[in-house]
Amino acid sequence: MSERGIQWFRFTAPANFYDLAGRLIPWFAALTIALFAAGLYLGLVVAPPDYQQGDSYRIIYIHVPTAWMGMFLYVLMAIYAAIGLIWRIKMAEVMAKAIAPTGALFTFLALWTGALWGRPTWGVYWVWDARLTSMLLLLFLYLGYMALHAAIDDRQRASNASAVLAMVGVVNVPIIYFSVHWWNTLHQGASITVTDAPTMAMIMFVTLMIMVLAAWMYSIAVVLARARVELLERERNARWVQERLEGGKT
Amino acid sequence: MEFLAMGGYWPYVWGSYLVMAGLLLVEMIQLRYRRRSLMGWIKRMARIRAQEETQ
Repeated sequence: MSERGIQWFRFTAPANFYDLAGRLIPWFAALTIALFAAGLYLGLVVAPPDYQQGDSYRIIYIHVPTAWMGMFLYVLMAIYAAIGLIWRIKMAEVMAKAIAPTGALFTFLALWTGALWGRPTWGVYWVWDARLTSMLLLLFLYLGYMALHAAIDDRQRASNASAVLAMVGVVNVPIIYFSVHWWNTLHQGASITVTDAPTMAMIMFVTLMIMVLAAWMYSIAVVLARARVELLERERNARWVQERLEGGKT
Repeated sequence: MEFLAMGGYWPYVWGSYLVMAGLLLVEMIQLRYRRRSLMGWIKRMARIRAQEETQ
C-alpha cells in the first residue's frame, strides 16, 4: 500500500470525514458571519426603498435565499439518499439525514417571510396558488422524511424507506420552480434567471447574492456539524471515537 | 427611529428578520446541546468500561 498520492476513498471513511468536517466548520462559520453582516448592512441600511413597495420589499433579502436553500437542500438530500440507497455508502445516509432539518427550517422561513411580504403587497398572508401550495408541500415532504426516519427503529430500514420518500418527492422541486410559468399565480415570476439580466437595481441584486451566499455557508456549516453528531451517534462504540476521546480532540 | 419604523412596514420586515434570526439560533443551540449530551454519554460509557477492565 502506497502512502503517497491522494487516497480519494479516505474521505468516505467516517473517521476521516469527522476530522475533515471538524476542521472546515470554523471557516464556514466565519464566512457565514461576515456575509450576513455585509448583507444585512447593505439590505437594511444602504439599499434604497423600492419605489412601489417602500421598505416592505426588504423582506426579499431573506425570502429569496431561504426559498432557494429550501429547494437546493431538498435536491441535495435526495441525491445523498439515492447514493446511500443504491451503493450502501454510510456517509451518504448520514448526510441525507443531516440535511433534512436545515432544509425544513429554510422552507418554513420562506413560507413565513412570504406570508409577511404578501400581506402588505397582495393584501393577504396566504393564497392557495401553485407556487405557495407546492412550497408548502415541500415543507411536508421534509417533515415526512424526518418523521419516517424517527418512526422506524431499525436504522437500515429507516434509511431505506426515507430515501425512497426523498427520491419520489424530488419531482416537486421543478414543479415549484416552474409553477409561476405553468399556472396563473399571484406570485410573481422569476426576477433572476440564468439567461437574462436581473430585473432589479444593481445594489439590490448584489445584496441579494451576498445573502444567498451567506445562507449557503450557514447551511454547509450546520449540516456538517449535524453530520458529525449523527456519525458519533452511529459509531459511538467504534475504536476511532474512543481514540478521539482519549486524545482529547473531539 | 426612522430606521426601526421601516416606512411603516416594521411588523412585516422585523417579523421576518427576527423570526429568521431566532430560528437559526435555536437550530445551533439545539445542535450544540445534542452534541454535548452525546459526548457525556460516550465518556460515561468509556469510564464504566475502564472500571470493568480493572476489576
